[in-house]
Amino acid sequence: MKGWMGKFRALGIFGFLMLVLTGCGKENLSALTPKGYGSKAALNLINISLGVMIFVFIVVMVIYAIVIVRFRKKKGREDYIPPQTEGNKALEVIWTVIPIILLVIIAIPTVAITFDLADESAADESLNVNVTGNQFWWHFNYEGQEIQTSQDLYIPTGEKVYLNMKTSDVLHSFWVPALSGKMDLHPENENTMYIQADEEGVYDGKCAEFCGTSHSLMDFKVIAVSPEEFDQWVEDMQNVDPEAQPETADAQEGQQLFQDNSCIGCHAIGASPAATGPNLTNFGDRTTLAGVNEHTKDNIVDWIMDPESMKPGNKMADANYDVSREEAEKIADYLLQLQPSDITPESAETNE
Amino acid sequence: MSTAVAQKKGFGAFIWDYLTTVDHKKIAHLYLVAGGLFFLVGGLEALMIRIQLIKPDNDFVSAGFYNELLTMHGTTMIFLAAMPLIFAILNAVVPLQIGARDVAFPFLNSLGFWLFLFGGLILNCGWFLGGAPDAGWTAYAPLSAVSPGHGVDFYVLGLQISGAGTLIGGINFLVTIINMRAPGMTYMRMPLFTWTALVTSTLILFAFPALTVGLFLLMFDRLFGAGFFNASMGGNSVIWEHLFWIFGHPEVYILILPAFGVFSDVLSTFSKKRLFGYTAMVFATTLIGFLGFMVWAHHMFATGLGPAANSIFAIATMAIAVPTGIKIFNWLFTLWGGTITINSAMLWALGFIPSFTIGGTTGVMLAAAAADYQYHDTYFVVAHFHYVIVGGVVFGLFAAMHYWWPKMFGKILNETLGQITFWTFFAGFHLTFFIQHFLGLMGMPRRYWTFLPGQHLDTGNLVSSIGAFFMAFGAIVFVINVIYTSVKAPKVSGDPWDGRTLEWSIPSPPPHYNFKQTPLVRGLDPLWIEKMEGRKGITPAEPLDDIHMPNPSILPFIMSLGLFIAGFGFIYQVDNLSYLWLVILGMGITLGCMLTRSVKDDLGHHIHKEDLEEEGAEQ
Repeated sequence: MKGWMGKFRALGIFGFLMLVLTGCGKENLSALTPKGYGSKAALNLINISLGVMIFVFIVVMVIYAIVIVRFRKKKGREDYIPPQTEGNKALEVIWTVIPIILLVIIAIPTVAITFDLADESAADESLNVNVTGNQFWWHFNYEGQEIQTSQDLYIPTGEKVYLNMKTSDVLHSFWVPALSGKMDLHPENENTMYIQADEEGVYDGKCAEFCGTSHSLMDFKVIAVSPEEFDQWVEDMQNVDPEAQPETADAQEGQQLFQDNSCIGCHAIGASPAATGPNLTNFGDRTTLAGVNEHTKDNIVDWIMDPESMKPGNKMADANYDVSREEAEKIADYLLQLQPSDITPESAETNE
Repeated sequence: MSTAVAQKKGFGAFIWDYLTTVDHKKIAHLYLVAGGLFFLVGGLEALMIRIQLIKPDNDFVSAGFYNELLTMHGTTMIFLAAMPLIFAILNAVVPLQIGARDVAFPFLNSLGFWLFLFGGLILNCGWFLGGAPDAGWTAYAPLSAVSPGHGVDFYVLGLQISGAGTLIGGINFLVTIINMRAPGMTYMRMPLFTWTALVTSTLILFAFPALTVGLFLLMFDRLFGAGFFNASMGGNSVIWEHLFWIFGHPEVYILILPAFGVFSDVLSTFSKKRLFGYTAMVFATTLIGFLGFMVWAHHMFATGLGPAANSIFAIATMAIAVPTGIKIFNWLFTLWGGTITINSAMLWALGFIPSFTIGGTTGVMLAAAAADYQYHDTYFVVAHFHYVIVGGVVFGLFAAMHYWWPKMFGKILNETLGQITFWTFFAGFHLTFFIQHFLGLMGMPRRYWTFLPGQHLDTGNLVSSIGAFFMAFGAIVFVINVIYTSVKAPKVSGDPWDGRTLEWSIPSPPPHYNFKQTPLVRGLDPLWIEKMEGRKGITPAEPLDDIHMPNPSILPFIMSLGLFIAGFGFIYQVDNLSYLWLVILGMGITLGCMLTRSVKDDLGHHIHKEDLEEEGAEQ
């Protein structure tokens, strides 16, 4: 049996080493590399509770080890019958009271942080974004700003941004681990949470409530830029001319095709609040296609030709349009030049 | 009518015997076989999930099929594997531990099993009839209400029928334990396993109706156009979350408490010591059961109930750690000063303590609401509940099977194979799930069909998948062990472990009537007391006399079959109203059986004193 155990132990150590090597996960995704108010508060609470719990685990394991080593049945004493102890009142009190004290140590910061993260007193004077979850994409409507975007949420760093969230279909959950914990989106009531990024960056967001076939492909980005850059982005977005003519001939044809095939019926360009499909105002600046694919022209063409193969169960698969591959390429040309602002995900990544 | 006689009959008679049996020991066999098969199916689904996640961007299965797999893995393991296996052990052991000749309602006992089995079959029929349920085992509305096809209908009808079986089983054990204890067996002399069975039955009684109500609402939404969960019709999706978790959280304790009972008995027997702090253990058990109803909303911290509700449920949840801690320490001090024999049953119990301590401590971490905003619906939660359900319930079931196998079948499971099972399963379990804590915090939500490369999630998932194969290997070795033991192993005596409780005072496997004479209980661990005073067996509480036993009946089987047929009628009447005839036929069969049962007197039969004397005079 010893040989077996040795092998398993080696496997365990191997696993642990791999974990150390991979570190704390990907920057701007992992909750273990917090870059925002909510995620830092959560990590503090995680560390407090983890510390207490490691202490408890060690106490249990020490007693456990002693028991297993000391009280194994011994050779020559097979018939030994140990005293039939009924219990011990003092011990019972000790292992009731000490855990209660340990739990109070965790409970106090838990309540404090839980209330802090639900604080809505600053909501009125802050930036408010109405978030809508859809199978399988996200829509962001900047309240009072005449700005609509999908998939990419631009926010200024260093301030609380309030998200008023609701779903248009089934439940979703808005989660940007590096910035904040998650909150569910319901069809009947609006849920409000705030996020605050302390550093500029492009943060990975994910849907965390099971929402159907492409639940795992419902990623989005939060792009945190400096307040000045954000102001400029707001200005640029507000001044978008949805009908602006593209420069190249292909893109112009693409624009025509976009209208002829009623793409515009679902995909708004500009500040129109209609959002049957993702808003494409700043599509050219996206970092990903449909949340998870590389943002290349080829992929966009593939998407237009067969969206179902890239994101099963999405509604565009049922849409009524008929374009050839060449036409799709022109549409892609048109969409890729939709870059209304100089503030792009790159601004968030380069500026320090 | 004893088992020995039954086995000499032909195969047809053997099947008929099991179809009609109301004997709790045979019903335990039925639960064991059915639960075991569903456990293998659920395990296969788990393996496919882990193969899909072995590398990023994998396409071993499609997104839609993956969702069916994850839904059916969870549903199968909870409702069709863990629950029936718990009921198998309950049936096999509880009547023997309290000195009873059967359960209070043998007919209902049989009905409970057949309802569970037919419900489980409906649930799995989806695989062959256009798609299994795919809305998660939690079936959150509105996804479950709008999910196309009949998948979720199979979930609703299957769980409704098998849930009725569980409710019946729970009530039966509640009454059995309260009413049928042998003379002298006061509440505070009951073995801890029986205590946990009592508390678990109480939890079933109060928790399952919430699921029943939720499933009815969902059934009306899906099959009859109601809008309980449809916001545009004034419905509310959060109601499902509440109903589901008012059932779902106590369900965790319904599963884990009997496992706690198993460990209490096993640790005490194999360290040759009385359970340390018996009274505290009993109170801890009931307290866990009570608090179990106060904490359901900790599954809903991200639902947006507000900081006040979240804080209250956070603290209530943390409170459960106190009685659980009391149990862990009492187990450790049961071992302390004892003389510990380590065999397969004991290995599972000893493996349980560190595993469950990890599951319990991450439970407290999850209770911290603001931190849970990060853990919620990620692999951290997946890791946590597998540590509790596998490290607690499954380890408990393995311990129970190794411990009571000789009582159920008269043979001890092979020790070498048992140890191979333990070490591979134990190592595989930690390899699979420990790393998932980190995967969750590193940004991997649960129920993800695939994950992208370049997110530092590859290694963790690979390690986890490798672990799953170790677990599968261990489970297969266990099946081999069962077959090997039944063919090769020699018969053993009624008391192979030097046991302490009543079930070890009778032959293995026990005769049809269990106790020739009802035993007289003189304290906790009654058999141990008699042994210490130099007696061979338990003092009888009555002179040898005729024994009154219930008659077998095929009605429970037919009654459940009727509901099975009606279930399909309900599901398919959406497509074509003529399927309503199936509903009428099925309900007719069931109601007809109920009528037959009501009007036909069934007074049972007697085993005569003279026959008992012939079977051997010792005892």
